[in-house]
Amino acid sequence: MNRFALPVALFAALVVVLAIGIKHSPQKGMIVSPLIGKPAPQFSLPSLGDPAHAVTSADLKGRWYLLNVWGTWCVECRAEHQMLIEARDTHAVPLIGLDWKDDDARAHEWLAQLGNPYETVAIDHSGSTAVDFGVYGAPETFLINAQGIVVYKYVGPLTRDVWTQEILPRLPAHAAGKS
Amino acid sequence: MTHRLGTLRGLLVAAAMATTLVAARSWAVDTTELADPHLQARYLALTHELRCMQCQNETLADSPVELAADLRHQVRDLLLQGKSDDDVRAWMVARYGDFILFRPRFSLRTAWLWLAPGVALLIGAGVCWRIVRGRAALVDTDTDPVGEDAAQTRDARG
Repeated sequence: MNRFALPVALFAALVVVLAIGIKHSPQKGMIVSPLIGKPAPQFSLPSLGDPAHAVTSADLKGRWYLLNVWGTWCVECRAEHQMLIEARDTHAVPLIGLDWKDDDARAHEWLAQLGNPYETVAIDHSGSTAVDFGVYGAPETFLINAQGIVVYKYVGPLTRDVWTQEILPRLPAHAAGKS
Repeated sequence: MTHRLGTLRGLLVAAAMATTLVAARSWAVDTTELADPHLQARYLALTHELRCMQCQNETLADSPVELAADLRHQVRDLLLQGKSDDDVRAWMVARYGDFILFRPRFSLRTAWLWLAPGVALLIGAGVCWRIVRGRAALVDTDTDPVGEDAAQTRDARG
């Protein structure tokens, strides 16, 4: 046997293993959420529109919704805003905003200026609900089904490709729900 | 005289070290102090082995971003509630996944990660053993005298 056969075979095996690893690695910087397939965390937060009124996970149960984590301090959120408006206009699924560690006045100003894509916005001043959702960088978007299960999560500004290829196909025909 | 100088130098070194320590403390990202020194030690150990999800290559303890501060508060609160280290890790993993642990847990998925160094060591040892055995086998077939033997042979011949 050629004395180089073993080292070359080992090297080839290493190349194959690393190639598989690179091919199957998730998108760079994307971390798979452990919440996928599990119930969304419970929350009860004041509504931006009416702070006396609470937005709760219990009330949202029973229909599909897209939970979008944003903040006026978040540069990338501005980049996705137009896409959120477009998504709202398709009436495919209601958008619920989670305003993460933000200033209420600024948030109102932002929505007045750029348009309000959300059915309701929950205010998370402390950031604890965002942490329960495993949020590590806004914007993040969660698709939650009628049973309150997290179906899909996207990190980063929502793009048309993500909307048409990842979110729309996951929605059942009647997901628009009552609004 | 030299003795005096030695003492003086020792004092200066000690003063410099103390200054550095104090400075390091005041420049540290995280200045949280728990009243119970035992809890404080566990707090430091945990925040040094949990990843800041935003910066990804820094620990919670080292990261200046707000999310890291929020998660450090969570670690502190959980410890104050009497949770164990494993409870704190499980709390973090439930939200952020295994990625938050700088020291991955042993599972079917991470088995290769933990076992690969041992396997590599075994392969290395095997290769070493084969080479040594191969060289040892050469001695039997080598008929040329070496070193002292060679000198003795020469003397005997002479």
